[in-house]
Amino acid sequence: MRKPYLIPLEVLGIFLALLWLAPFYLMIVNSLKTKREIFEDTLSPPSKVTFDNYVQAFMELDFLKTFANSVFITVVSVVIIILFSSMAAYALSRVKSKFSTFIFFVFVAAMLIPFQSVMIPLITIFGKFDMLNRGGLIFMYLGFGASLSIFLYHGALNSIPKTLDEAAIIDGANKFQVFWYIIFPMLKPITVTVAILNTIWIWNDYLLPSLVINQQGMETIPLKMFFFFGEYTKQWHLALAGLTLAIIPVIVLYFFAQREIIKGVSDGAVK
Amino acid sequence: MRKQDLTYWLFLMPVLAALVLVVIAPLLLGVYYSFTDWNGIQTKGFVGFDHYKALFQDKRFLDSLWFTIKFSIVSIILINLIGLSLALLVTAKLKTNKALRTIFFMPNLIGGLILGFIWQFIFTKAFAGFGSLVGIESLKGWLSTPNTGFWGLVILMSWQMSGYIMVIYIAYLEGVSSELIEAAEIDGANAFQRFRHIVFPLVAPAFTVSMFLTLSNTFKLYDQNLSLTGGGPYNSTQMVAMEIFNTAFGRYEMAYGQAKAVIFFIIVAVIALLQVYLSKKREVEM
Repeated sequence: MRKPYLIPLEVLGIFLALLWLAPFYLMIVNSLKTKREIFEDTLSPPSKVTFDNYVQAFMELDFLKTFANSVFITVVSVVIIILFSSMAAYALSRVKSKFSTFIFFVFVAAMLIPFQSVMIPLITIFGKFDMLNRGGLIFMYLGFGASLSIFLYHGALNSIPKTLDEAAIIDGANKFQVFWYIIFPMLKPITVTVAILNTIWIWNDYLLPSLVINQQGMETIPLKMFFFFGEYTKQWHLALAGLTLAIIPVIVLYFFAQREIIKGVSDGAVK
Repeated sequence: MRKQDLTYWLFLMPVLAALVLVVIAPLLLGVYYSFTDWNGIQTKGFVGFDHYKALFQDKRFLDSLWFTIKFSIVSIILINLIGLSLALLVTAKLKTNKALRTIFFMPNLIGGLILGFIWQFIFTKAFAGFGSLVGIESLKGWLSTPNTGFWGLVILMSWQMSGYIMVIYIAYLEGVSSELIEAAEIDGANAFQRFRHIVFPLVAPAFTVSMFLTLSNTFKLYDQNLSLTGGGPYNSTQMVAMEIFNTAFGRYEMAYGQAKAVIFFIIVAVIALLQVYLSKKREVEM
């Protein structure tokens, strides 16, 4: 039975949805106009659609290369975070000792440390030992991403009984085999959450790469976007086309995996 | 597996090494540097509490701290109000509720830097265009005054984060059984009473989580601040994170910037511990 009070709510919902989408709409509509037309009228649809802005933005951003850089750094970092965090959480959850409790506490407490509090010594020290750029960046992502990932894995591991490990050991498996063939597959739901949370964060991160990546041609999308925007600051036709290009990959991914993404983000926050 | 086993250490080592080198060592070194005249390359000697004394006279730092506090308080209230309202809206049995959730949450997937640039266009160009269309002068010149810069940042963050907070409230709201609500309805409770006496107590833990997340996201904000206003006009919308960055990497006052970073850490840690303490206390009382 549908209740009559739902109809105004439906209307309100649609109105709010349009309001939420308005910035994206204005961005796309204006990215299809000429520089002059944006200046004259920002609100109407383009009188004549032009893709010239996109062609120029695509080339200036070196988009394929920049996109590949972002994919490389995000994928490698997330895989490393998943592997090492799950292993560490396994060790901490299976060995119940004061030392394990202490280490777990240190990881959780490290979540409270804002990036700005460690940023200055971190960059100068890693710079001194010539450990900046890709390798250094990925290692730093492991350091910053491990805490939350270990926390989530630890919670999931505590609900997997230890007798399972012992049974496998009796059957002749070694500790690595127990973890990789028996325990790790059981952690799949939490692995999805860990992967989603870290992907969103690393893909969009600007500040850390801006400090660590100093080689030309290695820039990630946010980094390149910042330079691009600085260069074309009053040229909105190019800037908007560039911004649209930058968010297309995210929207496409969201379209295919929205249920998993929303569930992952909500699980990560609530646990 | 036992503590003495090699595998225990092998499993633990990679993340432990990363945490120590990337977070713990820089934090401790940073505290040490903040008491010296470190210039990023070398240290000549200790200066005691000089940086900390200077910092409490530093108008730029105090202004940025005050701006950050004001911004955080206003944003936390708005984001939670809007987020909870959206959650109530999309958990009512609407036909469109799946699509609505998708749309409200969408901004959270896009980086703060990019969102800030998009909104810079909206505030400076689209607002002005709309203003002249309907004849409202005050829609012109947004982001060019401290006040519109402040509200610009608040609007951007509310638009972005409300969908995130909505998702958290939904997780708790969906735990409220519909039988309970129907029973109350039969007993004659009106919509407000049902919300006040059934839904509200059950979603109370969501407030703790949401407050913590919005506070931590707004207080430490950097990307959106950089791309929307860049701290301008005249540093009037510069938040603490940006002020620390500019002190160290803009004016190359490394040790002084680090002293600001230590104060920033202490504030963030105290707020977080207070929050944990208060939520634990409330859980015990309930």
